[in-house]
Amino acid sequence: MEFDFAAEQPKFLMLMYGLIAFVAVVGGLLLLLDVVPAWFARRREAQLVAASVSGAPLPRRGKPQEGLFALFFLLPTLLLLAVGLVGPAIRTTLLSFMDAGSNNWVGLRNYGWMFSDPTILRVLTNTLIWVILVPLVATSFGLIYAVLVDKARLEAVAKSLIFLPMAISFVGASIIWKFVYAYRSEEQQQIGLLNQIVVSLGGEPKQWLLDSPLNTFLLIVIMVWIQAGFAMVVLSAAIKAIPADIVEAARLDGVSPWQMFWQITMPSIRPALIVVVVTLSIATLKVFDIVRTATNGNYDTSVIANEMYNQAFRYGQNGQGSALAVFLFVLVIPIVIYQIRNLRQQREG
Amino acid sequence: MAFARSRQTLAIAGVLGLALGVTACGTGNDKKSGNAGSAECTAYEKYGDNDGKKVTIYSSIRDIEADRLNESWKQFEDCTGIDIDHEGSGEFEAQLGVRVDGGNAPDLAFIPQPGLLKRFVDAGKLKPVGAATKTEAEANYSPDWLKYSTLNGQLYGAPLGSNVKSFVWYSPKMFKDKGWTVPTTWDELIKLSDTIAASGTKPWCAGIESGDATGWPATDWIEDVLLRTAGPEVYDQWTTHGIPFNDPKVADALNRAGTILKNDKYVNAGFGGVKSIATTSFQEAGVPITTGKCALHRQASFYANQWPQGTKVAEDGDVFAFYFPAIDPAQGKPVLGGGEFVAAFNDRPEVQVVQTYLASGEYANSRAKIGDWVSANKKLDLANVPNPVDKLSVQLLQDEKTVFRFDGSDLMPAAVGAGTFWKGMVEWINGKDTAAVLNGIEGSWK
Repeated sequence: MEFDFAAEQPKFLMLMYGLIAFVAVVGGLLLLLDVVPAWFARRREAQLVAASVSGAPLPRRGKPQEGLFALFFLLPTLLLLAVGLVGPAIRTTLLSFMDAGSNNWVGLRNYGWMFSDPTILRVLTNTLIWVILVPLVATSFGLIYAVLVDKARLEAVAKSLIFLPMAISFVGASIIWKFVYAYRSEEQQQIGLLNQIVVSLGGEPKQWLLDSPLNTFLLIVIMVWIQAGFAMVVLSAAIKAIPADIVEAARLDGVSPWQMFWQITMPSIRPALIVVVVTLSIATLKVFDIVRTATNGNYDTSVIANEMYNQAFRYGQNGQGSALAVFLFVLVIPIVIYQIRNLRQQREG
Repeated sequence: MAFARSRQTLAIAGVLGLALGVTACGTGNDKKSGNAGSAECTAYEKYGDNDGKKVTIYSSIRDIEADRLNESWKQFEDCTGIDIDHEGSGEFEAQLGVRVDGGNAPDLAFIPQPGLLKRFVDAGKLKPVGAATKTEAEANYSPDWLKYSTLNGQLYGAPLGSNVKSFVWYSPKMFKDKGWTVPTTWDELIKLSDTIAASGTKPWCAGIESGDATGWPATDWIEDVLLRTAGPEVYDQWTTHGIPFNDPKVADALNRAGTILKNDKYVNAGFGGVKSIATTSFQEAGVPITTGKCALHRQASFYANQWPQGTKVAEDGDVFAFYFPAIDPAQGKPVLGGGEFVAAFNDRPEVQVVQTYLASGEYANSRAKIGDWVSANKKLDLANVPNPVDKLSVQLLQDEKTVFRFDGSDLMPAAVGAGTFWKGMVEWINGKDTAAVLNGIEGSWK
């Protein structure tokens, strides 16, 4: 296919605008960072010069300026947070008490619907299964792997093997696994790995993603496959950070490997463990891509984030979609609070 | 030190200036050269002079289809000076609402779901068409079509492209080799299916997997059958919730469709058992016909684009389609189909001019000549339709005896038509019984 520059011009133009916007924002910021302190410095210099010429006492540096300066740097963050997070959160909460077209107040009806509709209850149950299983399995798997390969030969290779899936997007991973679970009828050549294994063991090919609740577990496998690498890397680093003298002291006292793990390793890496579990829990609560790509929430596999998108953007049920979003938000809050408190304790302790 | 600082500033300013300069060059030759006044432009004189005006269109049409669209109104653009800026999106249905709510509505949108059109009318976002568009639409489209975009007595857009869903795809070669004939009644269709099943191969192939729209091909099946067993009046009541979704007549239609779709002797040729329909993608569902593994596949006219490369789509070719036969002769010749409507979010004069042009016979013929397009436009000349299946579709749409009805799932509220109905069909294929599925969908329709 030939490439026509004239025809593609609008795209180049768009690209150019993007580039200019980038240069303007970044350049502008650099300029500000450069010009503003320089201006303050010059003014101070001039004051000092003027003072020394006239022989008056040197002017004292104003303290409030520093606070002003900090505010100046915080402003973009505060502004973006207000526009991108606080505003939408408030609006979504309000919408969740309104009807489908966001015209009339309906009180708690959307929440009532959420906890009475059997399909939504199923969605909530699925999310619960996800949020219990993914952090648990991914963290245990990552931890065991990290302990096993620690100081082993070819540790780097072994670790990168598990870490590799992290580099694949959720959508990409789901497509890969969809092929693993792919089904072809008995008389045909199987193209799915799982069914090929089943067939070569003498079994009948199955439509894996069709049967509930097995399909939810098979989708969870995808998430674990991606996230185990993250858990492994963080925990492995934590294990390496355990002070050598503690380990040595324990060795001298003659601990078994089992005792070593439970009484030295585990307590030492507890903070890292918590970070991993919390991060994975939040990521799992938000899971959307895997379900949407692999089954699109069909065959009883939907989760909150997927259902929220469907309700709000595809079915035009703004109220119900917002209610699901608020519920998801409420579920995440305790985890976040726990995480922050934990961090604070660590800093104090 | 002060010197160094100012040099740094200068450098940054220089980069900014350079970037600005480059864009200034880029925007140079954007303007279209109007050649109004030439011979081929006389047909467009009635649209007046709108030189330099711009009209934005948003639709779900992408890639090669979008290129064909741009080509189809190129002459109109050149002659009237209106610049039509079309943008197609794979997430059209979800994004249109976002854009409208965000105050970024396009001037025109090609909306394929009357249900979605109604949502925007109810929200007061759409503008009724102007008098010229109305005259043009009423002259070129049958009331059967216009009623889908008429709300509260106002017309909100003329139809544009259409498709015919009441087709069964088959292989003329295979039929000739085996001595089968194209059935013209439902009984003949079942008889043929039995003959094929007796010969050792399953007759029907089907697939309803379609990404986030999984389930829709099965809803077409049910609608097509209901239209044939219960008739257009009952069908209209059903799509507008005049009768409950789980009415016994609907259950009958579902069960009758089930005699094919849930019959292990009939399906799913080339893919496996009944349940494999749920996970077979609609794009590949008919492909076994080309390898001789499947004989019959009920799918819309647009399936013509899904055949593997090199497949000849013609009455004497590798694949072709026949009309999905009527069941009850008293109900006429029902045709199920779909199409998009040109709705306006803006009533600037140039927007109305484009809307009028798109409703005209000139446009329909201009677009049809480029290929792969069907419209119910009465002024569409069959000679301008190159593709045999499209020709068959246009013939059906223009046939006086045809009783046309729009795809029901597009008429229902999105929560049902694009939600529980699709999902319900997936569950139905997956083994859930008819009554439970229908009750579930009825319960979701508020």
